[in-house]
Amino acid sequence: MSEETVNMEGAVCAPPLHHTDQIVMGHGAGGRMSHQLIQKAFLPAFQNPALQAGDDAALVDPGLRQQLSISTDSHVVWPLFFPGGDIGRLAVCGTVNDVAMLGAKPLYLTAGFILEEGLEMSTLQRVVASMQSAAQEAGVQIVAGDTKVVQKGKADGLYITTAGVGIVRPNVNIGGAQAKPGDVVILSGSIGDHGIAVLGARGELGFQSSIQSDVAPLNHLIEAMLNASENIHVLRDPTRGGLATTLNEIATQSNIGIQLDEKTIPVRPEVSAACEMLGFDPLYIANEGKLICFVPREDAENVLKAMRAMKYGEEALIIGEVTAEPQGRVLLKTALGSKRVVDMLAGEMLPRIC
Amino acid sequence: MCLGVPGKIVEVYDQGGLHMAKVDFGGIFREACLDYVPEAKVGDYCVIHVGFAISLLDEKEAMETLDLLKQISNLEEELGTESTP
Amino acid sequence: MKYVNEYRDAQLVRGVIEEIRRTVTRPWTLMEICGGQTHAIVRHGIDQLLPSEIELVHGPGCPVCVTPLELIDKALAIAACPDVIFCSYGDMLRVPGSGRDLFSVKAQGGNVRVVYSPLDAVKLAQENPDKQVVFFAIGFETTAPPNVMSVLQAQRLGLTNYSILVSHVRVPPAIKAILGSPSNRVQGFLLAGHVNAVMGYWEYPELAEQFKVPMVVTGFEPLDIVQGILKTVQLLEAGKVEVANAYSRAVTFDGNKPAQQTIQKVFMECDRKWRGIGTIPMSGWCLRLEFDAFNAEKRFDVEAIKAEESPLCIAGQILQGLKKPHNCPAFGTVCTPENPLGATMVSSEGACAAYYRYGRVNLEIHSSPQSR
Repeated sequence: MSEETVNMEGAVCAPPLHHTDQIVMGHGAGGRMSHQLIQKAFLPAFQNPALQAGDDAALVDPGLRQQLSISTDSHVVWPLFFPGGDIGRLAVCGTVNDVAMLGAKPLYLTAGFILEEGLEMSTLQRVVASMQSAAQEAGVQIVAGDTKVVQKGKADGLYITTAGVGIVRPNVNIGGAQAKPGDVVILSGSIGDHGIAVLGARGELGFQSSIQSDVAPLNHLIEAMLNASENIHVLRDPTRGGLATTLNEIATQSNIGIQLDEKTIPVRPEVSAACEMLGFDPLYIANEGKLICFVPREDAENVLKAMRAMKYGEEALIIGEVTAEPQGRVLLKTALGSKRVVDMLAGEMLPRIC
Repeated sequence: MCLGVPGKIVEVYDQGGLHMAKVDFGGIFREACLDYVPEAKVGDYCVIHVGFAISLLDEKEAMETLDLLKQISNLEEELGTESTP
Repeated sequence: MKYVNEYRDAQLVRGVIEEIRRTVTRPWTLMEICGGQTHAIVRHGIDQLLPSEIELVHGPGCPVCVTPLELIDKALAIAACPDVIFCSYGDMLRVPGSGRDLFSVKAQGGNVRVVYSPLDAVKLAQENPDKQVVFFAIGFETTAPPNVMSVLQAQRLGLTNYSILVSHVRVPPAIKAILGSPSNRVQGFLLAGHVNAVMGYWEYPELAEQFKVPMVVTGFEPLDIVQGILKTVQLLEAGKVEVANAYSRAVTFDGNKPAQQTIQKVFMECDRKWRGIGTIPMSGWCLRLEFDAFNAEKRFDVEAIKAEESPLCIAGQILQGLKKPHNCPAFGTVCTPENPLGATMVSSEGACAAYYRYGRVNLEIHSSPQSR
């Protein structure tokens, strides 16, 4: 063995990588890269206050008696069918929820379909039936649509784009920029179910579980919450990027700090087990049937009571609170009593070996 | 370098010349190769790393360690935290 | 989960930390060698809870961080070949090569797949006989038994379309290089428990004796980590130079003999470059010549690829514990997880990424008495 001393002081690394000249998968992960894409590619062109607000739906005022909430989503999930749901249910619930999160009653949806040549008709029929079932549960109508067919190999079977519109309740002022110190953060139920269910269904990582996606329409739950309190400040569903990303977005929009208590955050044991095995953090995994609510502490009791009496809100609880400082930051008190930063998801979440 | 997770062996079988097991990680199941821990049997716990068992978990050692640590913690309670230098 | 939850018990962890506080009489600098341990420490905020006399510095224990730039470039070149299915553990995808990463190659049409286990890559080779399947076999000793088994399995199945690109590194030579460096401040080592589960710890008493530094085999849950720290501090306070085992439920002195024998059958020791550090003699494993057929470096025309590492970040000094991420002027500004300047930021295990994601609270709100 050589006795020469190794120079341990060398400071060398590769030049920085900026994925600005082409789209990579990370741009679709819902994290910081997605945000940067929106900032750089879309906002400079589509300038208007409704878009600039940065919520999942747009609040618009067309000069009628009430304001409208409008949202759109594209759905490219694979596989098309997964435990607990499918692309159709996902499409309807996703847009119903985004519209409702501004304090609106969702009314009408549109649905555009991109179908891959060779898709089985029976598959399409299953998806459409599921969409109708979800629309009925939510109490909305799918009033307009479009269909295109692309060549084999170009659409993973089927892509769906939905848009939705709803009427905003009077006397509400709900949005990502409305959180205030003194608010508590309420979460409607366990996190990570949808993301792990889909990952399991994909089969690439080889694990089996009984986890079901939580995909669900939350508009009736939201209505009950709005009946219980007129002071709700923020409502949002933590989808791609997970709870951590959504809370970071709100902290930035409202310029406040959020303090979470790790012991309160509900994670199903099987979801936790999957995350341990793969090296994932449940805070970053997508949810499609959960919401977070920021409301002044005085109203929390009433809101929780209303939630727990409703479908999809039975397990609602307080997981944190809003502070004036540190602005734009989300902190977590760990089970050990220490504090750490919870950052936004950067790009794609990858299983690790370390 | 070491994301190794404990898993319980619920089934063993041979496949493609490899000794394999179905492992329960607490509600999540995955197959793992047992070639490196051939003595492992159903009911045993192993440390699983990238689909391979690399070590058989020793229940006795685990209990002894936990007991020792509990003693240390109880001592802390008795002495109280005022004894910090 | 059994064998996990018991080792996260807050009361037990705090009890052990109190015992550390009672034991310590002067400052000590400890290094944890494993990226997974760094991650656990920062994620659970363990460094915040320790008495201020204990300083934890983070070692080069992340195979993702230390894979040399040249090898990343070779991987990128191979992945870009048509008819290649390039398989990798997830964390390697973000590591920057000279101007590209595996994400970029994927975006240009390269068939890049994340696999959980090397056996999944072998399966892909079986299912795609008209393609070349290349597996990026990185890791420390823990990952060597799985990686070599994939070669033996491919051989057993008579596959001619499977090869591996090897970047294995070994812990003992790294420790020797760190402790042998004139600027070394490390007084005690927390050894990487799963490396030891495979290799045992019979290689370490000689090192401990040579450099007069106690070493303790340590696990990955909070209770394991504080137990490892306690044992190391006890040895340091008593002036004892020993190698102790604080992860006895998973590690024995001899380690996993079948795994060690299989590694020896397929790999041989060789010199290895470490990113940000340079060549550490005999610190790597390479495929033995009789397994040339499975060596991606020989199968693909990548001999000519040489990479120039340009000095832009201090990843090297962080990797061997001389600096903390927040000492770096680029940290959090020019260099972030989305635009990483260096490997320590790139890997989700790397010290910088762990600090960036979990630790900035110490810099900004100064809430912890341990912040430095």
